[in-house]
Amino acid sequence: MILSAADIGAIWLTLKLATTVTILLLIIGTPIAWWLARTQSWLKGPVAAIVALPLVLPPTVLGFYLLIAMGPHGFIGELTQNLGLGTLPFTFWGLVFASIIYSMPFVVQPLQNAMEALGERPLEVAATLRAGPVDRFFSIVLPLAKPGFITASILGFAHTVGEFGVILMIGGNIPDETRVVSVQVYDHVESLEYAQAHSLSALLLIFSFVVLLTLYWSQRKTASVGVMK
Amino acid sequence: MSSRAQDKTAKLLQARFKLVDKSGVSFLDIDTTMPTSGITAIFGHSGSGKTSLLRCIAGLEKAQQGQLIVNETCWQDANTFLPTHKRPIGYVFQEASLFPHLSAQKNLNYAVKRADQIVSPEFYQRVIEVMGLAGILNRYPSQLSGGERQRIAIARALLIQPRLLLMDEPLAALDHQRKQEILPYLERLHKSFDIPILYVSHSMDEVARLADHILVLDQGKVVAEGELTEVFSRIDLPQRLEEESGVILNGKVIEKDQQWQLMRVAFAEGHIWLPDSGETLEQEVRIRVLAKDVSLALSNHDDSSIVNRIPVAVSEIKSDQDKAMSLVRLAMGSDYLVSKLTQKSVHNLDLSIGLKVWAQIKSVAIVR
Repeated sequence: MILSAADIGAIWLTLKLATTVTILLLIIGTPIAWWLARTQSWLKGPVAAIVALPLVLPPTVLGFYLLIAMGPHGFIGELTQNLGLGTLPFTFWGLVFASIIYSMPFVVQPLQNAMEALGERPLEVAATLRAGPVDRFFSIVLPLAKPGFITASILGFAHTVGEFGVILMIGGNIPDETRVVSVQVYDHVESLEYAQAHSLSALLLIFSFVVLLTLYWSQRKTASVGVMK
Repeated sequence: MSSRAQDKTAKLLQARFKLVDKSGVSFLDIDTTMPTSGITAIFGHSGSGKTSLLRCIAGLEKAQQGQLIVNETCWQDANTFLPTHKRPIGYVFQEASLFPHLSAQKNLNYAVKRADQIVSPEFYQRVIEVMGLAGILNRYPSQLSGGERQRIAIARALLIQPRLLLMDEPLAALDHQRKQEILPYLERLHKSFDIPILYVSHSMDEVARLADHILVLDQGKVVAEGELTEVFSRIDLPQRLEEESGVILNGKVIEKDQQWQLMRVAFAEGHIWLPDSGETLEQEVRIRVLAKDVSLALSNHDDSSIVNRIPVAVSEIKSDQDKAMSLVRLAMGSDYLVSKLTQKSVHNLDLSIGLKVWAQIKSVAIVR
């Protein structure tokens, strides 16, 4: 296996991006999933649809709109400029922002399913045992929805690693800043460096397979847990 | 009696709730007061609103219009709604409610950690002992039988040290054998811990065995309330509840007949002989006499096979849902018997209020 310093850099950058995005998505996605799982509001449909949009939109369309929005005249761009952060396109944090939007459904939906499967009963029981809302979330929801959190983390991470279209649109191709593995593979192929492309591609293939295998195994093991007895 | 009545004014639960479903039809419309001492049964058929009432009291259901005052503390009115976790209650749900990710022991600890007062090791041990849990604490809910799970759930509710224990048909999801297995624990619970209980049930057997006081619901409304013995001696209850008319009597064993294996149970006035089932002298027992097992005679027949013949006075007569039958309420001192007779017999005996007759009791069941 031949990996250049640039390849290693791309791998490192990808892992950094996916980890950052996964952590932020768990923090942002949990309250959204909780709200979606429990609300009776008419807003549930529209919000669920917006969260799910990246599932059906071509990545280039999403990337295009994000590029406009994060640009100097876009509403996100103006906000970041006013905060003294400059503009986000072609930076690592621009990728983070775009990836959060792009991978959102892969985190929110498993969490929402797990929380909906819990039902009212465990929360009612906990309430009669003096547990307030925050206590109930940490002592009951979190442990009982654990399989959902594991699935959400794995899918969120893997999906960010596999991102290409959105990154190309808003990140370009800057070494150690926005050049992730998928972009590096594209570069190798463009420059007809098939050996290097093979090495990196095989690595991604194995990675994806292992991730999915872990996911199915963990789901099979936890399938019987989480039912109120 | 007056001191008891005084004591009761502070220990009351005053509830006024109105629940309306989506189409605007009210399915619970209640304004009642019940004691928060002893065991109060909330009795009714399924769909009578008894579980909804209990959920309103627990704060799990929020009645649009409601007022709830417990032992002089307001839990709900127009401006107040105390959330469930701030109400000093324990709640036992109908079906299993143990947290599946925690062992039996940890389910109990969940309550211990959050209890209203610090749980002393002695109290903890006593709960474990009374509910018979010593051998099963290390198991997970999925490894326990339905009866064992429910005993853990009851122990967990006790460990929170509530001032009022709410039980929603705790035995309904269990088969007959498991029920018989848990009932003694419930009786012991009542004797060991001086904690008032609201017990929702549709089972006459459970109510007769456990309750001191009863609230009868039908179609979301209170149709009768009072002392258990008094309510079941009434013959004006809604017809749906009269399938098994019968009275409940509290008495005491005062004599044992070794020769015929019988024992004599005395009431305020009058007594009944019944088969000796091993009770000790002076023991308090509760018996149930079904209306269909009581017949009437104008004179005392010595030539009858019926052992129990008691002088009573007719106090009320009402035709039954079955047009051929009548229910007759009979005063036996301060207690009552109810007899189910044909209209024809009522006519032939020329029964009238105040008439002295002999009640012949064919069979009696000890419920406790």
